[in-house]
Amino acid sequence: MGVLVDENTRVLVQGMTGREGQFHSQQMLAYGTQLVAGVTPGKGGTTLFDVPVFDTVRQAVRATGANAGVIFVPPRNAPDAILEEVDAGLNVVVCITDGIPVADMVRVADYVRHTPTVLIGPNCPGLLAPGVCKMGIMPGNTAAPGPVGVLSRSGTLTYEIVADLTRAGLGQTTCIGIGGDPIPGSTFADLLPLYEADPNTKAVVLVGEIGGSDEEAAAEYIREMTKPVVAFISGRSAPPGKRMGHAGAIISGRTGTPQAKVDALLHAGAKVADTTQEIPRLVAEALRRC
Amino acid sequence: MKIHEYQAKEILARYGVPVPGGEVASTADEAGAAAERLGGRVVVKAQVHVGGRGKAGGIKLANTPQEARAVAAEILGRPLKGLVVHRVLVEPALDIRSEYYLGIVLDRAARRNALMVSAVGGVDIEEVAEATPEKIAKAWVEPALGLCDFQVRGLVRDAGLDPAALKHAESFLRALYECYVAVDATLAEINPLVVTADGSVVAADAKINIDDNALFRHPEFEAMKESTEDDPLEAEAHRRGIQYVHLGGEIGIIGNGAGLVMATLDEVKRHGGTPSNFLDIGGGAKADVVASALELVLMDPQVKGLLLNVFGGITRCDEVAKGVLEAAQRVKIQVPVVVRLTGTNEAEGRALLAGSPLIPAETMQEAAAKIVRLAGGR
Repeated sequence: MGVLVDENTRVLVQGMTGREGQFHSQQMLAYGTQLVAGVTPGKGGTTLFDVPVFDTVRQAVRATGANAGVIFVPPRNAPDAILEEVDAGLNVVVCITDGIPVADMVRVADYVRHTPTVLIGPNCPGLLAPGVCKMGIMPGNTAAPGPVGVLSRSGTLTYEIVADLTRAGLGQTTCIGIGGDPIPGSTFADLLPLYEADPNTKAVVLVGEIGGSDEEAAAEYIREMTKPVVAFISGRSAPPGKRMGHAGAIISGRTGTPQAKVDALLHAGAKVADTTQEIPRLVAEALRRC
Repeated sequence: MKIHEYQAKEILARYGVPVPGGEVASTADEAGAAAERLGGRVVVKAQVHVGGRGKAGGIKLANTPQEARAVAAEILGRPLKGLVVHRVLVEPALDIRSEYYLGIVLDRAARRNALMVSAVGGVDIEEVAEATPEKIAKAWVEPALGLCDFQVRGLVRDAGLDPAALKHAESFLRALYECYVAVDATLAEINPLVVTADGSVVAADAKINIDDNALFRHPEFEAMKESTEDDPLEAEAHRRGIQYVHLGGEIGIIGNGAGLVMATLDEVKRHGGTPSNFLDIGGGAKADVVASALELVLMDPQVKGLLLNVFGGITRCDEVAKGVLEAAQRVKIQVPVVVRLTGTNEAEGRALLAGSPLIPAETMQEAAAKIVRLAGGR
């Protein structure tokens, strides 16, 4: 068991009949996820992979008791798809879609924060609770159940780190990729308290990268956490070539550099790994101490 | 996406923002003729996607059409901060009484748009923010409400603008916000907003950045797309639609996902190699994208080895393998290539590559160590 999902999580997929939606729905089913419904307007009444397809999210919820959703619909329809799932009262919504206009996400993410629904993404790999449930596109075969929570801004780098942890015998409670968009539905600081409260999570791995100030905000909370946090920041050797728009830097000040993030995390009491390879050792040490 | 000053001013004018009303010229003669029509005394401004044009010599005052012709000849066709100037904007020179700053920007940390107004205009606003942050008045727009009138009234007063300019500044700010929303901007600035000696108010310079993700609903910006890269390899990447940054080292790097590619660069550097580039094939890349990426990296004669690091999620390893094989048919690969494929459909991917001269690796660290050694590093 992990955060956000458990054995009672019943998943619906919006955009299941599309190309990516089909492929990853099959993968989710193969992983053992209770994928109970698909939603594609106009395809209601059909089935795909023996899963019933509905025209609307509310129909799917009424018929199947779905309480979580994954979204694989194109950028212009994705904001509405998120709002439809929130309206239907789903607990967790994972939006995989990359390319949603930021103005739409400012509005949608702000609205979702005033509801009980937790939004992960967009432009994210989703979440994976090893042995329990997979919502999204993370490869399941490299993860294993265990005591480590994994929280990341990256997609593929997360898989890399999860695989390293698993090889070292350190399984995971829930791995969450929050996504790379400027306005994510949930930030590190939003999700860390869930791991802190989860009895099965004994340590948290936080995978950040250069840009933005989410890691600095996370450090503020890490200071108060009782559980150990091991962090990694990618892009430490990258030259500061590509910059954000110049007024953007006014408000965020000097944040965004790898050193600012590493310093903030170290200051908050987190261990910071220099390479991904070091992460399992640092986690194992942290677990031995608690 | 960045657009030029003259394009930003055309857009602002549509939202009722007064602009100096200049002309765009691409030759010195055109600039001279424009100055003639504009009454003689003009500013000639380089239209390139870089900041700090004035300091770099890209903005010049001319008192006569002859002078305008001469300064345009100096500016046109030459690089300004690495980018060649193809066009200049010729505008009537303003008799400046005071200069202000108005800006709207997406504030990632606050998760909403921020408005900024300052009585210190016409200078680098980042320097103002650094040295005297109290001179910038700020307000954030509630996503559900939009910009409220009280915020507009408060900002121009908190910024300490000349009381005579308050009404103008308020209407400029409302228009700027309306424009920002309508064009899906992530940044819109008027710097400076100029109050002239005769009391009129104009946007003397303007900057608008547009959200790339929103371009699908703005076909009108399609024609404004322009390569902003001075590096020939980056320009080629732009043409191919590939996320590529040229770094100048010897190890070509291709991966999927920005985080993983950055970590791969860090790893190559840690093993004593120098990364030639950053290249992210993105999520769900198909074989042709992979082949195109490989071709691109190998165009760099400095590249002595190539590392392909793919951890499949939405990207399938068999598609990547197909792309590598496709590229090997199209271009002669003369440097060692280390391939690390794992994740979705990895068995299929590895099977496709078996028997090829590509060197397999199990982990990112092993792959980095191998390519640095094979490329003749340490």
